[in-house]
Amino acid sequence: MRHTLSVLLQNKPGVLSRVTGLFSGRGFNIESLTVAPTIEKEVSCLTLVTSGDESIIEQITKQLHKLIDVIKVTDMSEHEYVDREMALIRVKAEASTRAEVLRVIDIFRGKVVDVSPKSYVVEVTGSQTKIKAIIDILRPIGIQEIVRTGAVAMTRAVK
Amino acid sequence: MYGFSQCAHKPLKKFVPGIEIMQITGCQALMKCLKEQNVDCIFGYPGGAIIDIYDELLRTPEITHVLVRHEQAAVHAADAYARVKGDVGVALATSGPGATNTVTGIASAYLDSIPIVVFTGQVPTSLIGNDAFQEVDIVGITRPCTKHNYLVKDVKDLVPTIREAFHIARTGRPGPVLIDLPKDVMASKLTFPEPEPVQMRTYRPTCEPHPGQIDKACKEIMKASRPVLYVGGGIIASKASGELTELARKLNIPVTMTLMGLGGFPGSDSLSMGMLGMHGTYSANMAVAHCDMLIAVGSRFDDRVTGKIAAFAPHAKIIHIDIDPSSISKNVKVHVPIVADCKKALADMNRWFDSSPDVNLKAVHAKHDPWLAQIKEWKTAHPLSYVEETDIIKPQFVVQKLHELTGGDAIICTEVGQNQMWAAQFYQFDKPNQWMTSGGLGVMGYGFPASIGAQMAAPDKVVIDIAGDGSIQMNIQELATARQYKCPVKIAILNNHYLGMVRQWQELFYDKQYSGTILDVAPDFVLLAQAYGAVGLRATKPSEVEPVIKEALATKNTVIMDFLISREEGVYPMVPAGKATTEMLLV
Ligand SMILES: Cc1ncc(C[n+]2csc(CCOP(=O)(O)OP(=O)(O)O)c2C)c(N)n1
Ligand SMILES: [Mg+2]
Repeated sequence: MRHTLSVLLQNKPGVLSRVTGLFSGRGFNIESLTVAPTIEKEVSCLTLVTSGDESIIEQITKQLHKLIDVIKVTDMSEHEYVDREMALIRVKAEASTRAEVLRVIDIFRGKVVDVSPKSYVVEVTGSQTKIKAIIDILRPIGIQEIVRTGAVAMTRAVK
Repeated sequence: MYGFSQCAHKPLKKFVPGIEIMQITGCQALMKCLKEQNVDCIFGYPGGAIIDIYDELLRTPEITHVLVRHEQAAVHAADAYARVKGDVGVALATSGPGATNTVTGIASAYLDSIPIVVFTGQVPTSLIGNDAFQEVDIVGITRPCTKHNYLVKDVKDLVPTIREAFHIARTGRPGPVLIDLPKDVMASKLTFPEPEPVQMRTYRPTCEPHPGQIDKACKEIMKASRPVLYVGGGIIASKASGELTELARKLNIPVTMTLMGLGGFPGSDSLSMGMLGMHGTYSANMAVAHCDMLIAVGSRFDDRVTGKIAAFAPHAKIIHIDIDPSSISKNVKVHVPIVADCKKALADMNRWFDSSPDVNLKAVHAKHDPWLAQIKEWKTAHPLSYVEETDIIKPQFVVQKLHELTGGDAIICTEVGQNQMWAAQFYQFDKPNQWMTSGGLGVMGYGFPASIGAQMAAPDKVVIDIAGDGSIQMNIQELATARQYKCPVKIAILNNHYLGMVRQWQELFYDKQYSGTILDVAPDFVLLAQAYGAVGLRATKPSEVEPVIKEALATKNTVIMDFLISREEGVYPMVPAGKATTEMLLV
């Protein structure tokens, strides 16, 4: 099963390689990973999407906790949360297909961020399913290039 | 770039009324830190990147520096020093090749959870990343085999880093910490900060057991009729032998130990079943296979212990006490996990059984008696044994004689292979910290440098390295170190002219094809000892074993005893890798 882990870490040199080294060394898989500073200067937040059965996720969480620079590990799957990914998609947009491309982008609330005579660069954000959906729809029209971020996630406020 | 040139603009001394605050160099601060941590002996080897540290060592008479002959040996020696002292061991190596030579020692200490701090020299900060002469990214290299590691880039971080490193090494699940020290940082000046307790935001190991879990565990134990205590190195690390022995005797529960746990419970106690696992005793493996309650304390369900995991303790409820949460339920699903220092958890359990009104200890003893009778039957049916011979020396006999002639009181270090297993099986350990072996990594070449470290920590003890003819050659150069520091360690080579343990596997599973395991070309170990100014003795038949050991023990010098043993002797019982532990090959 897929799990999104949110890991708060001390922002120190080498800390990212401690995390990735742990995953490669122990044979855990990483589907995606993003990391950036938080409002606290010394703390970074790493969002990591991985998969495995319950016992593997338990080991991953425990091993992450064991790293000296890790402050907190949250398995988002145990909470209500929102997650978002972003993709930049270069899609063929010639005279005959432009209108259709724009319609698709509109449905997915994407944005055209670069235009050339033969293509658009489209920006979309959303859940993984939404990104997958727009890619599936644009593919027959002609996708030339895709760049995607990993997921970022945040727990919902308790109501 | 250099700290002291910056300092030229600042006053070198700050005047506080009555106190003079001196600026000192990084090297001087390192010495002060070591003394602050009660380090009185370090093991090292110099080089360009740490020449300043060596210079400072000359002015630090409180710290004995042991000049090893290979950096790997420095780390193994520090590892054994730590085990004997029950505190942190320290090793020192230069940048580049000095640093890479430490890696095996560090990895061994990591897998055995031994607290050491390794200092490595590094090229000046301005050159880091330039492929400078003798530059290597040792922090990157050792990241997966240290508990934590550091590169100190600014001299103001030096002292807090060292204090943190010792704190991390010795607390929680102990382990090795490496600190990489660039040459310019160590030459820079700083004001030595007052000692203060280490406070870390992200590192606070759980030591106190959860009372609810203790309660649950004790109630489960009360329900059991066939309990087994399965204890590992955590007993030694947390100095919990007393609490363990109290619990076992209070409740009449048999005890089995892992390779790392030997000595944690007296081997001579009738409740001891000795070691379990691949070369464990018949009774220990049978007991685990048939128990209804397995109390794992400071042990980690290693594959050499469990064999085929599905067949390991299949009828048992499992209680697991360990300070490392990631050890719990890693390999085997556990019913009652207790994350805590073993000593504290066992003490709490003892208190629970003493104070609980529903516990009738007499009745508990009586309930376990049939189980102990069954274990006794297993013990008598298949005790540890070997076929005695009159004309050829049996390795097990040598180990038994070593036990007898040292009164069971020696510190025993081992190399790796058959020699290690015979030592584990036939030298009965009654006390903790008298058994040093590279358990997790299984490093050939560990035992001899370890024996030097052990002897430095316990000058009055008899220290013996039980060795194989292959392993001893992996750090034989340390004969010079032993001689230089007057370490009268005794090396007992169980010489089979084979890489015996591998040969045994080839005999059993590879149709006796002895590929790469025949050591026919070997030095004359007696002459080799003499070449270093040590003493060499040889025994070729059983009647010579006792005189040779006696002579060695009476010698104040370092001694090599070369025992020519029956070449194709095997280690038994043996559970073939991946088989159930009940599928033992017996003598
Ligand atoms: C550094 C290292 N290399 C290889 C091995 C694999 N290995 C395990 S036991 C063994 C044979 C050891 O031979 P020896 O020291 O003569 O001991 P014996 O088994 O004969 O008692 C080998 C090669 C190891 N454990 N460590
Ligand atoms: Mg051999």
